[in-house]
Amino acid sequence: MTWKEARARVEEAGRSLWVAAWLGWQIESNWTDPFLFAVYSVVKPVAGALILVFMYVVVARGGLANPLFPYVFVGNAFYIYVGAVLMGVSWAVIDDREHYGTLKYLYVAPVSVPAYLLGRGAAQTGVATLSTGITLLVGVGILGIEIPPGGVHGALLAGALVLGLLSLAFLGLLLGGATLLTARHNYFLGQAVAGALYLLSGVVFPLDVLPPPLQALGKALPTTYWLEALRRALLGDGGNATLGALPTGTVLLILGLSTAGLAFASVLVFRLAEGLAHRRGLLDMQTMH
Amino acid sequence: MPLRAEVGTFLRTAWGRAYPRVIGMSREKSWILFDVLLPLLQVSAYVFIYRAIGAPREFTGFVVLGGAMTAYWMNILWSMASQLYWEKETGNLELYLIAPTSRMAILLGMALGGIAATTLRAVGVLLLGTLLFRVPLAPTSVPALVGVFLLTLIALYGLGMLLASLFLLWGREAWHLANLLQEPVFLLSGFYFPVRALGFFVALGASLVPITLGLDAMRQLLYPRMMEGLKFLPVGVELGALAGLGVAFLVLAHRALRFFEDLARREGRLTLRGQ
Repeated sequence: MTWKEARARVEEAGRSLWVAAWLGWQIESNWTDPFLFAVYSVVKPVAGALILVFMYVVVARGGLANPLFPYVFVGNAFYIYVGAVLMGVSWAVIDDREHYGTLKYLYVAPVSVPAYLLGRGAAQTGVATLSTGITLLVGVGILGIEIPPGGVHGALLAGALVLGLLSLAFLGLLLGGATLLTARHNYFLGQAVAGALYLLSGVVFPLDVLPPPLQALGKALPTTYWLEALRRALLGDGGNATLGALPTGTVLLILGLSTAGLAFASVLVFRLAEGLAHRRGLLDMQTMH
Repeated sequence: MPLRAEVGTFLRTAWGRAYPRVIGMSREKSWILFDVLLPLLQVSAYVFIYRAIGAPREFTGFVVLGGAMTAYWMNILWSMASQLYWEKETGNLELYLIAPTSRMAILLGMALGGIAATTLRAVGVLLLGTLLFRVPLAPTSVPALVGVFLLTLIALYGLGMLLASLFLLWGREAWHLANLLQEPVFLLSGFYFPVRALGFFVALGASLVPITLGLDAMRQLLYPRMMEGLKFLPVGVELGALAGLGVAFLVLAHRALRFFEDLARREGRLTLRGQ
């Protein structure tokens, strides 16, 4: 490939991503007025966080002053991204193939389909950013979680957030590849992956509480290191005894390397799935979801 | 039409609409696996939270029971409330409307089929959760427990039939509204903790969703000592309220279906797709 061709491909991918993000935003938000959309975006995640609050209030000695509470709350707030990014990217395949019937047109247009799908996920990521921010504000402003602005490690927070979101986006692309070959299993696959990450990544309880085999699985997941880095950036402590010995640089390095590996694997799998779907005539499949 | 023929048509319609849901259970077996495993992942996470904060073992039972009941609420949202929206999208709604039968029979069939399919999932979650986490179970009265459960289902699916009528008007909003009614209802109905923790008046408001009262009553019957200071209302009152809600929702569903069908017909929304 010549330099000129490579540049054209990058430009095409960038254009596809940008247009898909705009389209995704319209699909996500234009079903109602902005006020109702804002309420919708906030109520769901805040309710999810409040379930944990009341579980604590009922049981934990010291209630919300229990030292475990900030750990749980921050993990849960950032977990909002997991469902949004994973499903945002992979659900676009079902949405475009079966609901709008436009996937086949993407393949006859000068569009980079992986970039397009990542763009569709970007819109959901935007909504998730709003929800996560408001959930954290509720935690700090109403529930008294101590995240002093001066004590936040900004660079670590930004670095971990970007790497984590990339890792989730590529995981979404991997699921998108599987969705190209399957009928109506996307919802279940996405939920299963998101549910497994919720359980195994120490989102709402320290990894140390899990039985050893599940702990080992948790340590193999990028999301575990993502949340560990985010908690270190915001709370000063990751809260997991099993990861406590790792220096922050190592946590970021593991996160970076696993994201790179995931990116490579997901693009490869997506291209393979795309080829198979093309040959089997699945690109305009209708399964009446 | 003579009454006998009318009743026959009603029953055949209900069975006809329930049939694909019952048969559908065995058509795609991987769905059963996912339907049991997905709630179990969430239940496991909440069990580990309670373990991390040193909660008594009964709280594991609260979570497993709540996790099993989530299957019914999800079924109400996605396969009752939103069902007429899906039917509109797939072109079946107009066939329902021109069929010489009662719309209530169609809704009843949806509910009965939904109950059958969902019970399989709920039992799976309950059994696996109980075995995995060694949940203590010592019901004080099995008939009362079964009675509470059945009344909860009647009231809940009555609500589902009412929501199906309301959702008839909507396009994409239906999908988003169903999505919105998940976590907030899990919170307000006390799926994972005793609803009394929210305060009496919030719990009273949340009792419009029958699972709130049903869960509280079932927890009282399963864990009387633990629920002593955490119960919302006495079991007898909750049973009465569930029976009242069941009747009210069924009557309202019947009226709402007529009203919203007429409104949707006038506004030309019955055949509007891809919104």
